[in-house]
Amino acid sequence: MKTLVWVEHDNSAMADATLAAVTAAGKLGEVHLLVAGSGCRAVAEQAAQIAGVGKVHLADNAAYANALAENVAPLVVDLMSHHDAFVAPATSHGKNITPRVAALLDVMQISDILSVEGEKTFTRPTYAGNAIATVESTDAKLVITVRGTAFDKAETTGGSATIEDVSGAGDAGLSSFVGAEIAKNERPELTSAKIIVSGGRALKDSETFQQVIMPLADKLGAGVGASRAAVDAGYVPNDYQVGQTGKIVAPEVYIAIGISGAIQHLAGMKDSKTIIAINKDEDAPIFQVADIGLVGDLFKIVPELTEKL
Amino acid sequence: MKALVPVKRVIDYNVKPRVKADGTGVDLANVKMSMNPFDEIAVEEAIRLKESGAVTEIIAISVGPAKAQETLRTALAMGADSAILVETDDEVEPLAVAKILKAAAAEVQPGLIILGKQAIDDDSNQTGQMLAALMNLPQGTFASKVVVEGDSVTVTREVDGGLETVKLSLPAIVTTDLRLNEPRYASLPNIMKAKKKPLDVKTPADYGVDITPRIKTLKVAEPPVRQAGIKVADVDELVAKLKNMGVA
Ligand SMILES: Cc1cc2nc3c(=O)[nH]c(=O)nc-3n(C[C@H](O)[C@H](O)[C@H](O)COP(=O)(O)OP(=O)(O)OC[C@H]3O[C@@H](n4cnc5c(N)ncnc54)[C@H](O)[C@@H]3O)c2cc1C
Ligand SMILES: Cc1cc2nc3c(=O)[nH]c(=O)nc-3n(C[C@H](O)[C@H](O)[C@H](O)COP(=O)(O)OP(=O)(O)OC[C@H]3O[C@@H](n4cnc5c(N)ncnc54)[C@H](O)[C@@H]3O)c2cc1C
Repeated sequence: MKTLVWVEHDNSAMADATLAAVTAAGKLGEVHLLVAGSGCRAVAEQAAQIAGVGKVHLADNAAYANALAENVAPLVVDLMSHHDAFVAPATSHGKNITPRVAALLDVMQISDILSVEGEKTFTRPTYAGNAIATVESTDAKLVITVRGTAFDKAETTGGSATIEDVSGAGDAGLSSFVGAEIAKNERPELTSAKIIVSGGRALKDSETFQQVIMPLADKLGAGVGASRAAVDAGYVPNDYQVGQTGKIVAPEVYIAIGISGAIQHLAGMKDSKTIIAINKDEDAPIFQVADIGLVGDLFKIVPELTEKL
Repeated sequence: MKALVPVKRVIDYNVKPRVKADGTGVDLANVKMSMNPFDEIAVEEAIRLKESGAVTEIIAISVGPAKAQETLRTALAMGADSAILVETDDEVEPLAVAKILKAAAAEVQPGLIILGKQAIDDDSNQTGQMLAALMNLPQGTFASKVVVEGDSVTVTREVDGGLETVKLSLPAIVTTDLRLNEPRYASLPNIMKAKKKPLDVKTPADYGVDITPRIKTLKVAEPPVRQAGIKVADVDELVAKLKNMGVA
């Protein structure tokens, strides 16, 4: 089977999420990549080094600069005339583009796969990860998104794929990019952080969140996450949200502070290797999944912990 | 401009789903069902656009069993003007839902179609994007702000690194994220009024759509359960554990 993997990037560097998708695609067969962007040859050169990649298709056009689905999907559909499967990471861009490709190919997409069980058989989470379905596609081609935490990352060196320029139709004339407010975050990115310190509604406000959570995260070199309640209340921006409808994370250590453990939150972090919970309510559901729990007032515990580490 | 709002009846978000013992799916018998939370946000957004004058009429539509009428009545009670139930007891995958919605849209001729970004049961996150592809319309997915101006709509989207804004020509497809708005509750008088609002019942066949599934579900299983661990008495003990694990 020949697979085409969509490479997530910012026109200068490849995003890590791509590497898990490459691993998943490798389980299906030959791996080709698509780098679509503007002034992004450096990304293609980087992608060509990934171990196990046969070919990199490079589509360099201003219309692809911001991964607008209206423009990228037709390009992918063209390339799919000589590929059997389209694979993308289940990132916000991947989730935006992939169903558009699937519908144009008249294929039912398989979302967020956790494993490859056979040529056309996969497992995927449903009901916020409370039910794992094993599903088989009956379509002629496959269209898949890949959950980043479920697959190892492909090696970024060792490959020597050829780079082939491709041209697509470019601007579909339906949409335009206005701008972005991408938070500049010095901290490790949530989906690849080894340690995550996450705060919930109990943190009261943005200032308190900063004062209590950040010093601990700094000490541990950790990424910072939050519950939906904390994001909705404006303590931190939306890209901090962990959960069914936020980011899916699986760090070595996840420290949940003042988070009750609603199923929607658990859906995003329960595959973490070690879960540590700090909560004043000893019956909080978070303790049902925590490896280590500490019952008490976070405003006393967290500063003390930060100091003693 | 009309707004078409697809709404799905799903397990209530407060219910913990249980996998059936025979591994064929999730047990939905006698389980509380509600409107998909993202679809409530979609209905609310349509109502706000109507209140601001950008939208003139709101049509809610659902594909599902007869009981999905309750979900549509909720949409009507919130403020939708009329509703369409495309009745089927079969499984309908996002691609088939999108085909039905396309056919319905051909009749309704909406300027905006506002969907949820994902349904909390199947978590597919596909239907809106598929519909946009089939109709060759622009898509503003995971919206946290929607502004209609003249013949275009500006959508602020929640993306991995933060926020992104796109401008789409109308007609367009929008899918809602959690922070777009806070849906209103339907008042009792509005619930009563909703009973008299028009609700059309159709079938997938009326729209000429083949809903045969493309994906076979072979098995549904519980995820591995995490065992609760230990509780430590104080910060010193926690620090010791963290040091043992090589953290800090
Ligand atoms: C469609 C939908 C999608 C959702 N998606 C997500 C999602 O992706 N991610 C997510 O997180 N949520 C999500 N939610 C929301 C989820 O249901 C919960 O409402 C949310 O996770 C609760 O956040 P919380 O634990 O911070 O707040 P709460 O549930 O209010 O918990 C606060 C906790 O802090 C503890 N506490 C209070 N004061 C102290 C103190 N001084 N010291 C120690 N502990 C203290 C309390 O005991 C309590 O357990 C979603 C909901 C819906 C309907
Ligand atoms: C009675 C019944 C039983 C089912 N049983 C199963 C099962 O056991 N296993 C299984 O895998 N699937 C089952 N399905 C199908 C599954 O629910 C579909 O995959 C689903 O309709 C579409 O996926 P999604 O909701 O996750 O799509 P998403 O793309 O996540 O939905 C996004 C948005 O699309 C709109 N939308 C989606 N579906 C509908 C709809 N039906 N009507 C109106 N708007 C909609 C909503 O606005 C929603 O927020 C069943 C469906 C029905 C009707």
